[in-house]
Amino acid sequence: MSGFCLSGNSCPAVKNILILDSEGKRVAVKYYSDEWPTNSAKLAFEKSLFGRTLKSNARTEAEITIFDSNIVIYKFVQDLHFFITGGDDENELLLATVLQGLFDAIALRLRNTIDKREALENLDVIFLCIDEVVDQGRYLKQMQMLLQERWQSKTWMLQQHYPNRQ
Amino acid sequence: MAQPLVKKDDDRDDEVDYSPFLGIEKGAVLQEARVFNDPQLDPRRCSQVITKLLYLLNQGETFTKVEATEVFFAVTKLFQSRDMGLRRMVYVIIKELSPSADEVIIVTSSLMKDMTSKTDMYRANAIRVLCRITDGTLLTQIERYLKQAIVDKNPVVASAALVSGIHLLQTNREIVKRWSNEVQEAVQSRAALVQFHALALLHQIRQNDRLAVNKLVSSLTRGSVRSPLAQCLLIRYTSQVIQESTNDTQTGDRPFYDFLEGCLRHKAEMVIFEAARAITELNGVTSRELTPAITVLQLFLSSSKPVLRFAAVRTLNKVAMSHPTAVTNCNIDMESLISDQNRSIATLAITTLLKTGNESSVDRLMKQITNFMSDIADEFKIVVVDAIRSLCLKFPLKHRSLMNFLSNILREEGGFEYKKAIVDSIVILIRDIPEAKESGLLHLCEFIEDCEFTYLSTQILHFLGIEGPKTSDPSKYIRYIYNRVHLENATVRAGAVSTLAKFGAMVDGLKPRIFVLLRRCLFDNDDEVRDRATLYLNTLGGDGAVVETDEGVKEFLFGSLDVPLVNLENSLKNYDPSEKAFDINSVPKDVKTQPLAEKKATSKKPTGLGAPPPGPPSTVDAYEKLLSSIPEFASFGKLFKSSAPVELTEAETEYAVNVVKHIFDGHVVFQYNCSNTIPEQLLENVTVIVDASEAEEFAEVDSKPLRQLPYDSPGQTFVAFEKPEGVSAVGKFSNMLRFIVKEVDPSTGEAEDDGVEDEYQLEDLELVAADYMLKVGVSNFRNAWESMGVDFEHVDEYGLGPRDSLAEAVNAVINLLGMQPCEGTEVVPPNSRSHTCLLSGVYIGNVKVLVRLQFGLDGPKDVAMKLAVRSEDETVSDAIHEIVASG
Repeated sequence: MSGFCLSGNSCPAVKNILILDSEGKRVAVKYYSDEWPTNSAKLAFEKSLFGRTLKSNARTEAEITIFDSNIVIYKFVQDLHFFITGGDDENELLLATVLQGLFDAIALRLRNTIDKREALENLDVIFLCIDEVVDQGRYLKQMQMLLQERWQSKTWMLQQHYPNRQ
Repeated sequence: MAQPLVKKDDDRDDEVDYSPFLGIEKGAVLQEARVFNDPQLDPRRCSQVITKLLYLLNQGETFTKVEATEVFFAVTKLFQSRDMGLRRMVYVIIKELSPSADEVIIVTSSLMKDMTSKTDMYRANAIRVLCRITDGTLLTQIERYLKQAIVDKNPVVASAALVSGIHLLQTNREIVKRWSNEVQEAVQSRAALVQFHALALLHQIRQNDRLAVNKLVSSLTRGSVRSPLAQCLLIRYTSQVIQESTNDTQTGDRPFYDFLEGCLRHKAEMVIFEAARAITELNGVTSRELTPAITVLQLFLSSSKPVLRFAAVRTLNKVAMSHPTAVTNCNIDMESLISDQNRSIATLAITTLLKTGNESSVDRLMKQITNFMSDIADEFKIVVVDAIRSLCLKFPLKHRSLMNFLSNILREEGGFEYKKAIVDSIVILIRDIPEAKESGLLHLCEFIEDCEFTYLSTQILHFLGIEGPKTSDPSKYIRYIYNRVHLENATVRAGAVSTLAKFGAMVDGLKPRIFVLLRRCLFDNDDEVRDRATLYLNTLGGDGAVVETDEGVKEFLFGSLDVPLVNLENSLKNYDPSEKAFDINSVPKDVKTQPLAEKKATSKKPTGLGAPPPGPPSTVDAYEKLLSSIPEFASFGKLFKSSAPVELTEAETEYAVNVVKHIFDGHVVFQYNCSNTIPEQLLENVTVIVDASEAEEFAEVDSKPLRQLPYDSPGQTFVAFEKPEGVSAVGKFSNMLRFIVKEVDPSTGEAEDDGVEDEYQLEDLELVAADYMLKVGVSNFRNAWESMGVDFEHVDEYGLGPRDSLAEAVNAVINLLGMQPCEGTEVVPPNSRSHTCLLSGVYIGNVKVLVRLQFGLDGPKDVAMKLAVRSEDETVSDAIHEIVASG
C-alpha cells in the first residue's frame, strides 16, 4: 500500500473495513493503512476491538468509539459485526456514511438476509462490495449507479452458483 | 465439484457452525486454480476458486512468490471468458496479488482493451486495476484514456479515473498535473460523487499553490457544489484558506465566515457538522462567531444517532478547553449524556462538564460520576481523573469532596497506569492546596496499606518522608510507615526505613521512638534494609542521646547527591585506604567519566594494592581458595567465575552429585560434589569420566580423583579442561561416575577388603555462553551506557516467536545471557505490551558489557526484541548477539 498517504485532513480516508462474526473471527477484512503491518498486528487489533465493542448495542443505530486513537464506527446485524476505522480527526458522520454505504450494498445483494452463513456462501459478493465502496482507502461507492446492471448479472450468478437454493 | 460445496447440501441444516470454507487448504486451492487453464472455461467454477483464494488471503494466509506468480499467470487466462461476474472477480484478485512490474506486462493489453470497452463496468474497473499496478512508463501510454475517462458520461467511470488519479498523484505528480482541465470539468459534474472526487483531486493538484486554492475556494463557495461530500471537502479547504489569510486581514470580518455559517443550515448533517467543527477550530475564534456553531452542536447532543451525539460532544469537549463559557449553555443536555449507553460519549460528556462546570455543580457532578466510574475502561478513567485534578485546582474550596472521590476510586480495582494517575493527582493537589495536605496524606497512607505496586508504594513513602514531618501531627503517619517494614518486600521495606529516618531527623520529639523502630530493622533479613537502618542510627545519634540533628547530617542523608554515581563509584575504587578519609568533593562532577583505558587499569589494580577485589561474593572467595590449594590448578591463573551448583542426579538416588563450573581464562574446571547416601557402602577412588566428544574445543588436561567417599560425608573430585584462551567455547559433556564400592558392616563400621568396580551414569552437563558472563551491576545504567559510548555498539532485532507472556520472554533472555538486571527492569508490569530491560555484566577477559533489551508484543503472543549491546570490545558485542541469535 505504497500509495496510501493521509495528506493532512484534506481528503477523507478509511483505514480499514472489518466484517467479523459473533466470535470475533474474520469473515472479510480489508486494510488500507500500513498502521498494522503484520497479520498478527491486524488480528490483535481485531481481537481487542471486538472485545471492546462486544457488549454494546449497535443493532438499530451504528455505534462509535475511539480506539487506539482511531475512530471506529460499528454496526451489528444478526451474527455479523461490521467495523470501519478512520483517523481521529476524521468527520465521524462521513465515516458513518461509508459504513452505511457498504451495509446497504451488501443488504441489497444478499436480499436483506444478512448473517454469517449467507455472507460466507456469498463471500464473492462481500468482496466485491468492499472493493466497490472503498478504493485504497478512498471512499468510492460505485455500486448504486451500477446496481441495475450488476443486479441482473448477479441474480444470474447466484442461480448458477447455488441452484438448490430457493 | 469442490469438496466443501458438495458437503454443504448435506450438512447445512445440521451444522450450526457451518462454513463453506471448512477445512479449506492452501495447497488444495492452488491445485484447484488449474481450472483457470482449461480450454473450456467454467465461469462459475472459476469464480468459486477465486473466492477461495481471496478467502485464504483474507484469513492472513500468504502465498510464496512462486505461488503468487503461478496464480497470477493462471488468472490472466480468465480474460478470455466473457462472463461479467467472473471478470469482476479477476479484477479483484489481480489487485490482491499485486504483481511485480515484469508480470504486469502480461495483463496490460487485456486491461487496456477493457479500458476502452463499451461496457461501463469494464472501463471503470480496468482503470482502477491498471492504475493500481502500473508504473510511470505505462502511465504515459494510457494517459490519453484516463483523461477521457475523467470526463466520461458514466459517473462510475469518471469516479474510478479520478480516484485513481488521487492515488497516482503520490507517485507520478507531473503526469497527473497535466489532467487539470479535465478534472476542472469534472468538478462541474452533475453526479455527486464525481464532483466529490474531482474536487479532492483538483485540490491536491493545486495544494501547493496558495493563490490557486484561494481562487478555487472563492469560485466554488458561490454555490455550485451539490454533493454533501464535496461540500464537506469545500469546507475543509475553505477553513485552510481562512487559516492562512487571517494574518493578512486582521481588521474587519473574517473572509468566508459567511460561507461556513451558511453551511450550518445545509440539509445534510454531515455538512452541518463539518461546518460547525470548522468554525470551532478557527484561529482566535470570537464568541460571536462560535455561537451559531455551538447551537447546532447542541441540537446534535439529543440526536437518536450515537455517531451524531459522539461527534457533537467530542467537538464541544475540545471547545471547552479554550472557551469553557461558550459551552455552558449545553450543560443540561450534556448532563443527560452521562447516562448514555455509549461509554465513549458518557466519558466525553463528563470531562466536558468538569471543564465547564461551576463551583456549585461540583458536588452533584461527583455523585453522578461515582456511579459511572465502575463500568468504564481504565483509559477512560484516567481521562476522568485528569479532568478532576484540574477541576480541583480550579476550585480549591471543593478539595474535600474531590479528594474523597479520588481516594474512593483509589481503593477500587484498577491497573497500574490508572492507580498511578490517581496517586499523581493526589500528590499534585497536596502540593498546590495546603488545606488538602493532611487528608491527602492520610489517603495515601491508607492506600499503601494495601498496594500491590512496589513502584507506587516507594514513591508514596518517599513523598511521605518529605511532607509528613511538616504536618501538625507527624506521629500519626509513623504507624503506617512502620507497618510497611513488617509486611512488604525488601524494596518497600528499605524505602520505609528511609522515610522513618527522615521523620526522626526532622522531628526531634519523635527521635526516641524512631530509634526504637530503626533498631528493630537491624534484624531484617535483607542487606539493604539493615544497612540503611545502621547508617541512619549511627548518623542521627541513635546511641540514646536526644540531640538536635546537625544540618550537615541532614544534608548528607537527605540532600541530593550532586555527583554522578558512576564517578563516585570510580573514585571509591581508586581510593587507597589510608589515614586520609575519602573526600566526596574529590569526585569529578561532570558526567563524562575517565577514559576507558584508565577504568580498565583501575579494575585490575586492587589485588596489587592489597585491597579486596571489587565485589566478588564470598562463595567465589571460598572456591578460589579451594582451587588454588590444588597444585595442578594453580597455574590456571585467576578464577573468572564459578557457576551455581548444577544437579547431575535426581533427588534421593544412591549417590547425589552436583557440579560447579569454574571458568578460567584458558581452562575450565568441573568440581563434582559427590555424596554417598548408602550407609552399607564405602566408595573409593571416585572419579568422573567425562566424554567431551560434543565439546570440540575442550581437551581434558587433568583430573583429581576422590580417594574415599564414606556414607554421609560429601567429597569433591575435579576434572580440568583446556580451552582456547579468552574464548567463550561452549559444549556438552556426558559424565560417568566410576568408583570401587566396598561393603561396610553396619555394626562395626569396618569396610571389607575387596571392592567391586562400578559405574553410575550421571546427567549431561552443558557449558553455555552465560557461564562466561559475570553478573556485575551498575548503579546508574544511563550514565554507564552513555560513558561506554557508541564505538562498539551493536544493535539488532530478533523475533522471539510466541511466548506465554512478556515476563517469560524477558526472563528467558536474562537467563540466556546470564547478566545482572539493573534498576529493577527485570520486573515486567502486568498487562504491559512492551518493556525495556537493562542488563550489565563482565564478559570473560574482563570486558564490561551493557545491554539494553526492548521487548514488544507483536500480535497476541509473538514477542519481538531489539537488542542493543555496548561493550569495550567489538568482538564481545558481536559475541553477545551471537548468544542471542543461537539461543
